[in-house]
Amino acid sequence: MSSEATARPTYLDYQATTPTDARVVEAMLPFLKEKFGNPHSVHHFYGREAEEAVETARAQVAALIGAEPREIVFTSGATESNNLAIKGAARFAKERKDHVVTLTSEHKCVLECVRRLESEGFRTTILPVESDGLVDLGRLEAALDEKTVLVSIMAANNEIGVLQPVAEIGRLCRERGVLFHSDAAQAVGKVPLDVNAMTIDLLSISGHKFYGPMGIGALYVRRRPRVRLIPEMDGGGQERGFRSGTVPAPLAVGLGEACRFAREEREGEARRLTEYRESFFQRVSGALEGVVLNGHRGSRLPGNLNLSFRGVDAERLIDALPQLAVSTGSACTSAEVEPSYVLSALGMEAARSRSALRIGFGRQTTPEEVSRAAELIVAAVRRLREEGPRAAE
Amino acid sequence: MKQPVYLDYNATAPVRRQVVEAVAEALRVTGNASSVHAFGREARRVIEGGRAAVAELVGGQGGAVIFTSGGTEANNLALRGFGGHRVIVSAGEHDSVLQAAPDAERLPLGTDGRIDLAALERLLEVERGPVLASIMAANNETGVRQPVAEAARLVHQFGGILHCDAVQAAGKVAFSMRDAEVDLLSLSAHKIGGPQGVGALILRADLEPTPLLVGGGQERYRRAGTENLPGIAGFAVAAELARRELDRYAELARLRDEIERRLKAEVPELRIYGDEAPRLPNTACFGLPGLKAETQVMALDLEGIAVSAGAACSSGKVRPSHVLRAMGASEAEASSAIRVSLGWDSQEAEVERFLEVWLKHYRRSRAAA
Repeated sequence: MSSEATARPTYLDYQATTPTDARVVEAMLPFLKEKFGNPHSVHHFYGREAEEAVETARAQVAALIGAEPREIVFTSGATESNNLAIKGAARFAKERKDHVVTLTSEHKCVLECVRRLESEGFRTTILPVESDGLVDLGRLEAALDEKTVLVSIMAANNEIGVLQPVAEIGRLCRERGVLFHSDAAQAVGKVPLDVNAMTIDLLSISGHKFYGPMGIGALYVRRRPRVRLIPEMDGGGQERGFRSGTVPAPLAVGLGEACRFAREEREGEARRLTEYRESFFQRVSGALEGVVLNGHRGSRLPGNLNLSFRGVDAERLIDALPQLAVSTGSACTSAEVEPSYVLSALGMEAARSRSALRIGFGRQTTPEEVSRAAELIVAAVRRLREEGPRAAE
Repeated sequence: MKQPVYLDYNATAPVRRQVVEAVAEALRVTGNASSVHAFGREARRVIEGGRAAVAELVGGQGGAVIFTSGGTEANNLALRGFGGHRVIVSAGEHDSVLQAAPDAERLPLGTDGRIDLAALERLLEVERGPVLASIMAANNETGVRQPVAEAARLVHQFGGILHCDAVQAAGKVAFSMRDAEVDLLSLSAHKIGGPQGVGALILRADLEPTPLLVGGGQERYRRAGTENLPGIAGFAVAAELARRELDRYAELARLRDEIERRLKAEVPELRIYGDEAPRLPNTACFGLPGLKAETQVMALDLEGIAVSAGAACSSGKVRPSHVLRAMGASEAEASSAIRVSLGWDSQEAEVERFLEVWLKHYRRSRAAA
């Protein structure tokens, strides 16, 4: 048992999913046990008890991003939030406006939503990003026209961790009367977000990306000026009609608690993870030639690195590192062996993107794990380079 | 304080103890960073095992199981997934079916709550393209069971496909998708003792609905989004338990019939909805004009008894039920009906408490009037 436990790899894939915080699990359990009511059964004690907990959670989510509780819509996760925000806002405006704008480096789910809209007759602009992963604001401004309904730009990228200038984008969109949606699945709880200071109209949140449970997320929907959406799911009219279906009380409680801990602990955690990131990068790039950081150096998530190792195929590197749980990119596509479209979007040649490794530090990462991981990676890269190029050139 | 009495199983059921353990275990496994990655490899096993368990509960082996966030999403995916189809729904369907297909043709209900198969046939005879019909296995408010197999046969005769919302029937009565020749079937975990936040659409393997949620390639591109692993683990355990205990569930009819017999003995003018039709063993829906549902439910709540005035949904407002209206109830009748729904933990003593409190409320209201 214990030898098996110690043999488990060190988890450095915090952008794929995060461990559910034990305190979050504790908070959820009563709502799986004695407090099992349906939060919409408000005519009896069991229902009201669950409803109260859901509303407390709603307030906790709102507080983390500077929103009002009634601007929070619970969903099953960021994918649903993105679908509701992008398709919902565009479809609602269809009579008046027909154009949506996003980036080539967005999460697959945003791009798929935009593609769906295209098949429904919308015009779409998918803007390239700079070689550091950032959007060019001038280019964004030029892409907007009087029929643009929505701009969807993520707060932080899931592969390269790059933080987009959401405040500037928000200001620009507001000036031009365009709705601004931001997929903040990777950013929430890790970098400061304020929907008013950043004039964000729609913001997607995922529970399991910041130590909450899987199966729940939220969409922030601005009330002033009011954002209108066509729902993805209809039925009982829960969540003010934006999203029908029973709100899962235990999961909502878990998300709320995750938000509370993020609010209380984010600053310290960000400082610590930034130190880990920098010390790891220095160790690895100090020991090895040909290590390149993908994505902007400063404007990135505290715990994220995306590194290319010249002449080394990342798939081989991962195979050579059974002690580490790292990945090449997005979990949804990691089964497919094709170069990351996000890295391609940075204008990177295939060899460099094939040699890219995503490393994510998080809440449970220890300094010892950081130095050990650096040593292991340095050794593995040296070994692979000595073996000579096989797949990579 | 008296022990609270929960008689609202059709709204949500208590989570089965073994389910809590499975969910808690999955949460703890994903809660340990050093095992998240190993769990990533186990995830497939959990999900595929879950599909098998859930399919087996409703005779859906051989079909494809798409995990969703719940019954509402499953119904929306089914009803919106077949563009170009002419949609026919029964008038007693759940709101998540009715609202997902607002332009659907509605098949009326008889006063017993059942659809009229001859009326369905007449609708099908009108040639207007391929049909998607949605007929629930059992109603959430009255427990009335629909002749799904007969409906499916008719729909198939005319080349259509049949969706069945089995959210309330699953685990309460034996129901087989295969025997009834249902093409698409919706389930919700929390109605069978599983966790809230997970459900499924089971479909004939050759059907391809247009996905509702797009994004990553999860669920074979039919439903994007990271799978709710703890939820699926819990759903699987609940489905397995429900399947094994189907016979015991049938015994609830004795308690339910006792409620109805005693009420009827004291209040002969009471209308019991759906009692002439085959029903779920656990559901009683009744009322009499003049005795407002809302005040009944409040009076019961004050005594710690949880029942409902129809479907639990958004506003908390009690609207006259569309189901009872479709069964010919007047608006006054419909807004006086309450639902008592029993489950595996229901005790005779709880039923007695309910009867005592309800009859006290009834007599007091009578005296006041």
